[in-house]
Amino acid sequence: MTTKVFKRPKYLKDAIFHYCPGCGHSIIHRLLAEVVEELDIGERVIGVPPAGCAVLAYFYFDFDMGEAPHGRGAAVATGIKRVQPNNIVFTYQGDGDIAAIGTAETIHAANRGENVTVIFVNNGVYGMTGGQMAPTTLAGQNSTTTPGGRNLLRDGGPIDLSQMLAITKGSVYIERTAVNSPKNIRRTKKALTKAFKAQMDGLGFTLVEILSPCPTNWKMSSLDSLKWIDDHVTKTFPLKVIKDETEKVSDLATEVINQI
Amino acid sequence: MTEKLLMRGSHVIGETAVLSGCRFYAGYPITPQNELTEYMAGAMDKLDDGTFIQAESEIAAINMVIGASMAGARSMTSSSSPGISLKQEGISYLAAFELPAVIINTMRGGPGLGNIAPAQGDYFQATRGGGHGDYRTIVLAPASGQELADLTRAAFDYADKYRIPVMLLGDGMMGQMMEPVELPDPLDPDTFPPRPWKLDGAKGRPSQFIRSLLLDTTVEEDHNWKLERKHKSIIREISKAELFETKDAKMVIIAYGTAARIAKGAIKKVRKMGLKVGLIRPITLWPFPSRELLEISRHLRDFLVFEMSTGQMVEDVRLALEGKGNVHFYGRPGGIISTPDEIAKVINSLYHRQHLEED
Repeated sequence: MTTKVFKRPKYLKDAIFHYCPGCGHSIIHRLLAEVVEELDIGERVIGVPPAGCAVLAYFYFDFDMGEAPHGRGAAVATGIKRVQPNNIVFTYQGDGDIAAIGTAETIHAANRGENVTVIFVNNGVYGMTGGQMAPTTLAGQNSTTTPGGRNLLRDGGPIDLSQMLAITKGSVYIERTAVNSPKNIRRTKKALTKAFKAQMDGLGFTLVEILSPCPTNWKMSSLDSLKWIDDHVTKTFPLKVIKDETEKVSDLATEVINQI
Repeated sequence: MTEKLLMRGSHVIGETAVLSGCRFYAGYPITPQNELTEYMAGAMDKLDDGTFIQAESEIAAINMVIGASMAGARSMTSSSSPGISLKQEGISYLAAFELPAVIINTMRGGPGLGNIAPAQGDYFQATRGGGHGDYRTIVLAPASGQELADLTRAAFDYADKYRIPVMLLGDGMMGQMMEPVELPDPLDPDTFPPRPWKLDGAKGRPSQFIRSLLLDTTVEEDHNWKLERKHKSIIREISKAELFETKDAKMVIIAYGTAARIAKGAIKKVRKMGLKVGLIRPITLWPFPSRELLEISRHLRDFLVFEMSTGQMVEDVRLALEGKGNVHFYGRPGGIISTPDEIAKVINSLYHRQHLEED
């Protein structure tokens, strides 16, 4: 008699991922599908995939999804959520999408306290277009547009969008995790669960930034890219809870109460 | 409702939008159309199911409309020329997604920042799609307070019927003008075309998605032809123009919106002098009412296109006439508003130059 101990999560379609070997998207997709199943929100969830490597996410997730133009995920999600406040709306965005071309949309969605969840996959590179410098590329890191390494004087430094979003009054929960070890993968799943729960409770803007490997564009082996996250990426982007107001009355709520 | 109200043009658009079931509006401040945004702020606030968002940018506003439309709401945004340029990315996606949406463009002088006076320099942008890719949007050109109401209602209905973005193309004159208006009856949302494509959670049905990325070139080609078939049926079904004093006319003016109002005034003046001049006023700019033009070209030769631009619609007139007739042009770009007297003089001199009084 055999018992099934590992299976495809309910909300992942029976499709083969197009992601490169060693890419973090596959792990994050699985975690997301597991969380949606465990929270039993598969019939209420609407996802907004980005322009970027995860643009085809609607082929993998078995719940409703609506594509956004590059960087505009938070604005599209705002429109969906305002029309359907009882559904659970998330965006899935890369670093270029969210922290370069879509900075304004993201900051203002957070500032309005839009009750949506943003999954921000930070791999420090424009993956789908072939490995150009991203807003989160590390100082000195090579990319196809920084062949001698990112030069802080010429290119500016890696931007910490999560930290920026934390100072907006509408954000309630922001955590940075990674998917480069079993321990970090478990932490990521916990963070995703917490973010969705906060949205289900109507608390406000939530974001999970996930440091993710891109061995193809980093030009490393899969194993080396996991180690690179520990040795280098987390030095600039430390893993931590950046903001957590899920247990207390949020700044925005306090202000609203004071106005009344 | 048979009651006549004296209302500002921008408020007519806003109130008709609400009566037509619009429940989502996002916009960004830009002159000369702020009265509409402000009206929507108040109107949406009064509705239990209405949403108003002052967006952080024109781009965000149109993308919020994309989201709201995906979620099934009748949705609208508005802006003026420079802001509409910023929205073009989103309008292209709306067309690709086949999502209904209404966009109000209160044109001003341009290019660049230009000025805030009434102008018609965005005709090309509006009627050729405006953003990237192979698509069109329906473009409606109101010329009176009543028509602001009628065409705003039509805009929402067309958007739903054809699943296409619809642009109402006016100018600050239309927005500020106060005229008596009969507002339409409120619509029951249950009568709207069903939206089986909307994203509202995969409850009791398979999951679905809305996308525009079609990497397989044959799939994109099929999608392009599908959109084009829709465009063709729109051309067949909704092209519309007003004909004024054309029956005995030896020459017709072709003008839309504010320019048509001025032209009408000029025609009344020259008619008193015995000049047989009429007006063709396109009400749909895309689709362009080519049939009406071609029909009239059977019994007259001289067409005078009058635009508040250096000449954009004149190209559609030439295309419509297929070489039949003399197409003349008079334009005042930059936000200049001609007087009926000025246009009457232009008509008069052209009329005699073409020896039309001799026939």
